[in-house]
Amino acid sequence: MGEKIDPDLWSDDPQPHLMGGKLPSGEIVFPMPVGDAAEGVEPYKLSRRGKLWSWTSQGFLPKEPYEGPGSGPGEGPPDFKPFLLGYVELPGEVIVESRIVDARLEDLHLGMDLEFCIVPFNARYDTFAFRPVSQAESQAA
Amino acid sequence: MSENVYIIGAGIHPFGRTDGRSGREQGVYAVREALKDAGLEWPDIECAYGGSAAAGNADIMVNELGLTSLPFTNVANGCATGGSALAASQQAIASGMYDLALAVGFDKHPRGAFNAKPAEYGLPEWYGQTGMMLTTQFFALKIQRYMQLHGISRTTLGRVAEKAFRNGTITPHAWRRSPVDLDTIMNAPMINDPLTKYMFCSPAEGAVGLILASEKKMKELGADGVKIRAVSVKTRPPNSFEVFQAGISIEEGGKPTVLASQAAFEKAGIGPEDISVAQLQDTESGAEIMHMAENGFCKDGEQEEWLANGWTEINGGKLPVNTDGGCLACGEPIGASGLRQVYENVQQLRQRAGERQVPGKPRFGYSHVYGAPGLSGVAILERE
Repeated sequence: MGEKIDPDLWSDDPQPHLMGGKLPSGEIVFPMPVGDAAEGVEPYKLSRRGKLWSWTSQGFLPKEPYEGPGSGPGEGPPDFKPFLLGYVELPGEVIVESRIVDARLEDLHLGMDLEFCIVPFNARYDTFAFRPVSQAESQAA
Repeated sequence: MSENVYIIGAGIHPFGRTDGRSGREQGVYAVREALKDAGLEWPDIECAYGGSAAAGNADIMVNELGLTSLPFTNVANGCATGGSALAASQQAIASGMYDLALAVGFDKHPRGAFNAKPAEYGLPEWYGQTGMMLTTQFFALKIQRYMQLHGISRTTLGRVAEKAFRNGTITPHAWRRSPVDLDTIMNAPMINDPLTKYMFCSPAEGAVGLILASEKKMKELGADGVKIRAVSVKTRPPNSFEVFQAGISIEEGGKPTVLASQAAFEKAGIGPEDISVAQLQDTESGAEIMHMAENGFCKDGEQEEWLANGWTEINGGKLPVNTDGGCLACGEPIGASGLRQVYENVQQLRQRAGERQVPGKPRFGYSHVYGAPGLSGVAILERE
């Protein structure tokens, strides 16, 4: 396991949760606000299960501040690993933007069941992602 | 009661890449073209508004244009820089304070996708570090969901780009002047699914200057003016879905484009059916499709039929859209694009658009710009 890319981004539970915020109005937001905007906002453990709201692929090496494969000294586009990302609707909470892992682009569809996970990002850091819930598990849930 | 405002001069520096000429120098070029078009000299201009996103302040142009002591306000409003400059100069004349104003926008960006810093948008660092701080992803994510919900096909995305490049071939100020066929567009490298390389605009260079006048001044000069019927700039409403959002509300919110469009139509006292020619923000193919509906020109999903039948072509019979090839063929110099759309409508309404002239006598021209962090500007022009 690497370091968390942001110490407050997800909880340290054995089954970690992405951290959002609960506004005084009851609305759930992501990410948890910082600074003055955090006043009156309670940290809130977001649901580990959600449904795919939209998706895309990242096919080219992003410029800085990207720090993933391909961005290091002496690295370039050939070192870049294309990835999938999307928005995941956490029922009754908020729609979060996330990497999508363990899936192929052609398998993604609107409303598919996804679960939260932690994945390695670069030599130093881990980041968060969502991955498909297996068919059997999805029906049991 | 506010004064009527007219655009009496329009100048453009060709879009694309002009090595050896700074963004601001391209701006100065466009201003001189606009002055020439209006039959005016720089000392005639009473106030000016303008800016760029990445090519410096506009007010320094007085060094080249002349030290006439006019008030020159820098506008730094991201993608809405041009729209905001137009709105400010329109207000300056509508208020009755001035009779002649300049709106100018220019830019010059490095090659490759725009990169933005999370902190400047109030976002945590991890958002940029992990590769999510990309405008191209937002547009792909927005059109992907829209296609699923409203039955838009990938071929329709391709048709938008094909039309843009075709219009570019007959537009002297366009960057991309060669046609690209549908197969090439559809089979090009995927940037962000479902959008291929040819479906995205590229950061570029260019400049536009517009001279605005009061009705009294226009008549005094005997100038060839196009009336500004309405200008509207709106920032995002609650719960909207915009570029650079790590989290979106589960409540479906409004859209800045819908707000700006409705406000402009209300101000103008006309509806979408009255528009003869439209320039809609086409950062990529999907944006043009979604903006057709957000601006009220069709219902969600009808774009499939519109594009298949060529109804947005210059001679398509319904509503010509992005007659100069839009951002797809002209490229995207952020500070200049909003005013390019208005420039194009001025040319179309004056029937000076040459090979790309829309048929008949177009009366109302509509332009719409959208950008980060969720704002839209709409202008409706009228040929009286």
